[in-house]
Amino acid sequence: MNLFATRNRRDRAANAVFPALLLLGLSVAVAGLSGMIAWSIIEGAPRLNVSLITNGPSILRPESAGYRPAILGTVYLIGGVVALIVPLGVGAAIYLEEYADKTRWYNLFFELNIQNLAGVPSIVFGILGLAYIARAPLDLGFTLAAGAITIALLVLPTVIIAAREAIRAVPPSIREASLALGATPWQTIWRQVLPASFSGVLTGVILAIARAIGEAAPLLLVGAVVRVSRDPDFFQGAYTTLPVQIFNYSSRAQVEFQQLAAAGIIVMLGLVLLMNSVAAFLRDRYEQKW
Amino acid sequence: MTRSVVAASSVGAVSPQRSLEASNPRYGERAIKAFLLFCAALSVVVTTGIVLSLLFGTIEFFQHVSVTEFLFGTKWTPQFANPSFGVLPIVVGTLNVVFWALVVAIPVGLCSAIYLSEYAPGGVRRVIKPVLEMLEGIPTVAIGLFALFFLRPLAEDAFPFLPWSTLHSVGVAGIAVGLLTVPLVTSVADDALRSVPRSLREGAYALGANKLSVTMRVVFPAAISGVIGGFVLAVSRAIGETMVVLLAAGNTPQLTADPTKSVQTMTAYIGVMSTGEIAFGTVDYYTIFAVGALLFVMTLSMNAVAIRLVRRFREVYE
Repeated sequence: MNLFATRNRRDRAANAVFPALLLLGLSVAVAGLSGMIAWSIIEGAPRLNVSLITNGPSILRPESAGYRPAILGTVYLIGGVVALIVPLGVGAAIYLEEYADKTRWYNLFFELNIQNLAGVPSIVFGILGLAYIARAPLDLGFTLAAGAITIALLVLPTVIIAAREAIRAVPPSIREASLALGATPWQTIWRQVLPASFSGVLTGVILAIARAIGEAAPLLLVGAVVRVSRDPDFFQGAYTTLPVQIFNYSSRAQVEFQQLAAAGIIVMLGLVLLMNSVAAFLRDRYEQKW
Repeated sequence: MTRSVVAASSVGAVSPQRSLEASNPRYGERAIKAFLLFCAALSVVVTTGIVLSLLFGTIEFFQHVSVTEFLFGTKWTPQFANPSFGVLPIVVGTLNVVFWALVVAIPVGLCSAIYLSEYAPGGVRRVIKPVLEMLEGIPTVAIGLFALFFLRPLAEDAFPFLPWSTLHSVGVAGIAVGLLTVPLVTSVADDALRSVPRSLREGAYALGANKLSVTMRVVFPAAISGVIGGFVLAVSRAIGETMVVLLAAGNTPQLTADPTKSVQTMTAYIGVMSTGEIAFGTVDYYTIFAVGALLFVMTLSMNAVAIRLVRRFREVYE
């Protein structure tokens, strides 16, 4: 008996319907998520003006309230995150690709840990921040600094994984040539491997920043307060960020706040999608072919 | 012996006793290597930190509440005057969200993956793949807002016969979470399907199979463990999702299977606790760690299963 043969009209009909069904599934995915973007733009459009960026939050006057402290908070936060993830993430990637002896148990253990951390829910990083970063031993208090470290640890696996891939893509012959000319291992990495893998590493960093911009849950645990009207300070005082402020506005009943939240989404999505497109562009444009 | 040979062969060289070892200890290089090692070891520090913080908090929590009350109690009211610490309602709330998420993520993700890997022309693939990747990066607050203000009213219009009562609905929140995990499921399943060797497809075609049979009876079964790995990752992601459920599922810890009702999930409880005032050292404070520990164990085991499934499949064919 032939399991596979097209025997009759029903089989032929099934063969025609099946791809249509699959395409339907794909359309649901793309339509659902782009519908979300379209909805925020339509809903938030009336509030897209300068006061959205320059004004602080207000409960009494939702029609003129804005995101100033939240946007500044996000900018400071991202500054702190970048300062941490670039050296730490790229450093870990260089170690694992260039120095680590893959037969040693501890190197395998590092890799296992990074893989596991990539799957830990973001709010659990918030608990770590609450227990050890805002309080002793780091004891930074419920400040932007504590938030930046928490978020940096959260996105670190993203950077490490992307940077490792980029470094691995540099062919060994480049390293061998450099070493043969008398360069030390570090000179080889710094002058040959890193410049050759630069765009890939940068792509990983940008993707991590895009993720960091949108994270709200862990920040709730390390002091992002839902109502802040003053400009933030990195090392002291309450702060808020764009997604946390959006969350705050959206939990209020009036329609004005709903619009305000949607307008905030537009600003945040604009930033995130810009980051993602830059990353995609870099990957396409500067990817080195060996 | 060797040294004398080297010395003899380099007659006239500046240093007759040249060794092959580095002439300079290069402390700078060593310092750099030590720093890089520290960067890699930081992952272990972070994991240890997470485990220790959860462990100590949980131990402290169980000083006040018995393990059986926590695991088998059916009332979760930590902030009441007469508190009750049965974690079941919020675990069931989480499972409710996971269920509705899978109702969306499995069919939609699977159809998208099969289409992309088996049917899509190269051009469509080149456009859709990056679009899906970009959609994967949408902040979850945005999706939560969309679920609360758009999907929830839409659901009521579409199913007016259901007993809608509150602004929040676990079904709608679950569907939104499902939508969020679709790009993840699609990309993992697509990878699995594409790694099935061409020779299997060609063999089936040679036996006279049509495209549908090749896809569903040859390629799909061969890739099944990777595809299921993708589903398990989606479950793990849905368990850990916080902002969507906080916005759209509400905060009523109750044991219910009704998708129109508001529930509280484990993550939403942690989120809500921390937006209020958490007084350090109270039982309330330690509930965060106990619930967090449960969450961590659940997602960690899911991830371990997923990694094994995805990898097992790879080993067979590569």
